[in-house]
Amino acid sequence: MRIAKYIGIRLLYIIPVMLGVTILVFLISHTIPGDPASLIAGPKASKATIERIRHDLGLDKPIYVQYMIYLRGLLKGDFGKSIRTGIDVATDLKKYFPATLELTFFSMLFAIGAGIPLGIISAIKRNRWPDHISRTFSIFGVSMPVFWLGLLLLLVFYSKLKILPGSGRLDTILSPPTHITGMYTIDALLTGNWPVFISALTHLILPAFCLGYVYLAIITRITRSSMLEVLNKEYIETARANGIPEKSIILKHALKNALIPVVTIIGISFGELMGGAILTETIFSFPGVGKYVVESINYLDFPAIMGFTVVVTFIYVFMNLLVDVIYAFLDPQIRY
Amino acid sequence: MEELLKVEGLHTYFHTYRGVLKALTGVSFSLYPGEILGLVGETGCGKSVTARSIMRLIKEPGKIEEGKILYRGKDLLSLSEEEMRTIRGKDISMIFQEPMTSLNPVLKIGTLMSEVIMVHKKVNKNRALNIAKKMLKEVKMPDPEGVLNKYPFELSGGMRQRVMIAMALSSDPEILIADEPTTALDVTIQGQILRLIIDLSQKRGTAVLLITHDLGVVANVADRVIVMYAGNIVEEGRVKSIFTNPSHPYTKGLLRSLPSLAKEGEELPTIPGTLPNLIYPPKGCLFYDRCDIREEYCKEGRPERFHLGEEHYVWCHKIKNEKMERLGYGRTD
Repeated sequence: MRIAKYIGIRLLYIIPVMLGVTILVFLISHTIPGDPASLIAGPKASKATIERIRHDLGLDKPIYVQYMIYLRGLLKGDFGKSIRTGIDVATDLKKYFPATLELTFFSMLFAIGAGIPLGIISAIKRNRWPDHISRTFSIFGVSMPVFWLGLLLLLVFYSKLKILPGSGRLDTILSPPTHITGMYTIDALLTGNWPVFISALTHLILPAFCLGYVYLAIITRITRSSMLEVLNKEYIETARANGIPEKSIILKHALKNALIPVVTIIGISFGELMGGAILTETIFSFPGVGKYVVESINYLDFPAIMGFTVVVTFIYVFMNLLVDVIYAFLDPQIRY
Repeated sequence: MEELLKVEGLHTYFHTYRGVLKALTGVSFSLYPGEILGLVGETGCGKSVTARSIMRLIKEPGKIEEGKILYRGKDLLSLSEEEMRTIRGKDISMIFQEPMTSLNPVLKIGTLMSEVIMVHKKVNKNRALNIAKKMLKEVKMPDPEGVLNKYPFELSGGMRQRVMIAMALSSDPEILIADEPTTALDVTIQGQILRLIIDLSQKRGTAVLLITHDLGVVANVADRVIVMYAGNIVEEGRVKSIFTNPSHPYTKGLLRSLPSLAKEGEELPTIPGTLPNLIYPPKGCLFYDRCDIREEYCKEGRPERFHLGEEHYVWCHKIKNEKMERLGYGRTD
C-alpha cells in the first residue's frame, strides 16, 4: 500500500521535528534569567547550599551535556524528575494529561459537529435568515474573550439555572472509573459505568463549549465560504443539468470538495486548543495539565515544562499527519 | 410536424449593480423532433443564456422575466424546481464548453455516470454501471471498464468530453443542448467529437440545439440555423438558404469573415464596432450602429419577424420595407 509507506515516512519525519523542538525549548528554558536552585533553597539559604542543589540537579554541567542527559532519558521514556514536586514528570503527565486531552477532544467534536453543518446551512441559505443567525453566532465566537465567556457560562448555567456543574471532572460523590486511558468518559464507557459516564459528560459540557466556541466559529466561516465557492463551480452546474437531486449536490458533489480547506483548519486548531485549554481549565477548576504547567513555569521547573512541550508537540505533529491522510481521501489528485 | 420545444418571447435579464442587463429580449423559435438546429452569433449575443434559460439554470442575479418555454406543450417556466429537476438530464440534457472543469474532480467517472442513470432510470447501482459502460462504448471510449474507475483528472480533454456526452445521452433525452461542445478542445479532435454528437443523436432520434460561434460547424452538420445578435434573433432559416442567400447585414458580415470564403492575400473582412450597451439599449434596431444598410427609420422600434421565403425569416426594417415596396404595399411604418 502506497498510503502505508507514506505514513511510515511521515512518522520518520517526527524525529527531526521532535529533536528541533526539544533543543529549542531546552535552550530557551535554560537561558532565561532565574535559578530553580535558589527557588528550591529558599531566600535564606547559603551560597553553599544553593551550589549543592545545583550540583544535585546537574545544573552545573555544560548545557549540551545537560541536553544529552535529558535526551538519553527521553529515549527510555524517562522525562526526568520535577524540580518542584520531586515526582517523575511522566507520572504527573499521566495524571493530568488525559483530562486535557479529553477536554480538547470534546471541544473539537463540538466545533466540528456543529461548525460544518452551520457552515453548509449558511452557504445554501445565503443572505437569508438562517445565514444571518449563523453568522451572528460565529461573530460572537471569534470576538468573545474566553475568560469572559467562561464566566458568563458559569453565571448562567451553574449559578442561576443550576443545570450544569461548574467545576471538576466528576460529582464529588462518585469515584473515578478504572484507569484505562485516563479519560473518564472513555474509561466509563469501556467499563460500562453509566453514572460516571453521564457525570463526566455533563462536567465537560461547559468547558468544552467555552474552549470550542472560537473554533466552531472559524470552522463555520471557512465551511461557508468554501461551500459558496464550490457551489459556483462548473461541475455543480453539470450535476444540476443532469437532474441530480439538490441534497446529493450539496452533500456529495459540493461538500467533498469544500471540506479540503476545512480539514486544514481543523488540524491547526487542535494544537491551538491544547494551548488554549490552560485558561479554560483555570476558569472551570478543571484538573488538567494546564494548571500543572502554569505552576511549573512559575517555578522554572525545566523537566516539567519540557515534558509538557514534548507531548504537545508529538500530538500536534501526529494530528497534522492525520490531516494529510484525510486529504488523500478527499482529493484523489493527492497521491503519495 | 409538431414542435418538440417552442420558445416564445423569452426575456432574461441580469440585475447587476450597474443596472438591469437585458440579455435576451424576445427570443422565439421552435425545435422539431430529431432535427439539428444551429444557434450562432458572437460572444455575448445571448446563445448560452438562451440554453441556460431553457434548462432553467440561470444563476442569480439573472432571472427569466417573461416568455414561455413549451416542451411538448408544457410550459417549463411554470414547473416547480423539483418537477424541472426530473426533466433535466432525462428529457433535456446539456453538455458544456469546458470539459476540463465540468466534471467533479473528486468523484470517479463511474460514480458520476451511475448516479445520473440511477436518478432517471430508477435502477440499482450495478445495472447503472452496466449502462454507463455501454454508453462509454457508444462514445468510442477506449477501455470503458477501466475509465469507470478513473477520476476526471486522469483523462484528457477529449475523453472528458466523451464522458460528458455519454452522461448526457445516458437517459435517452429527446433534446440535447450542446453549448460550444468543441470550442475548448484541440483542433485535431474537434471534428471527431462533433461527429460523435451528431451521429449518436441522429441514431437515437435526439434533437440537438447546437450552440456555436463557428459558422463552419453549422454549415457542416445543422439542418436549420438561428443567427443571434445582442439578445435577439436576426435571421432564421434552413442552412442552405442562409448560406446561399443570407439577407440580414449581420449574417452577411459573419459569412464574409469566414476565413475559407475570403480570397487569399486579402485582409479578412470584419464587422466594425461592438455589441450595444445592453443595460441602456437603444430604442431601435440593436444592430443600427454597425449596420451598412441602415436608414433613419431603423432608429425607431425593434424590427419584427419578416417572412422572406420558405422557412426563412429575417428581423430587419430595411429589408422588410424594400420587399413590401417591391410588392406594392408601400412603407408600412
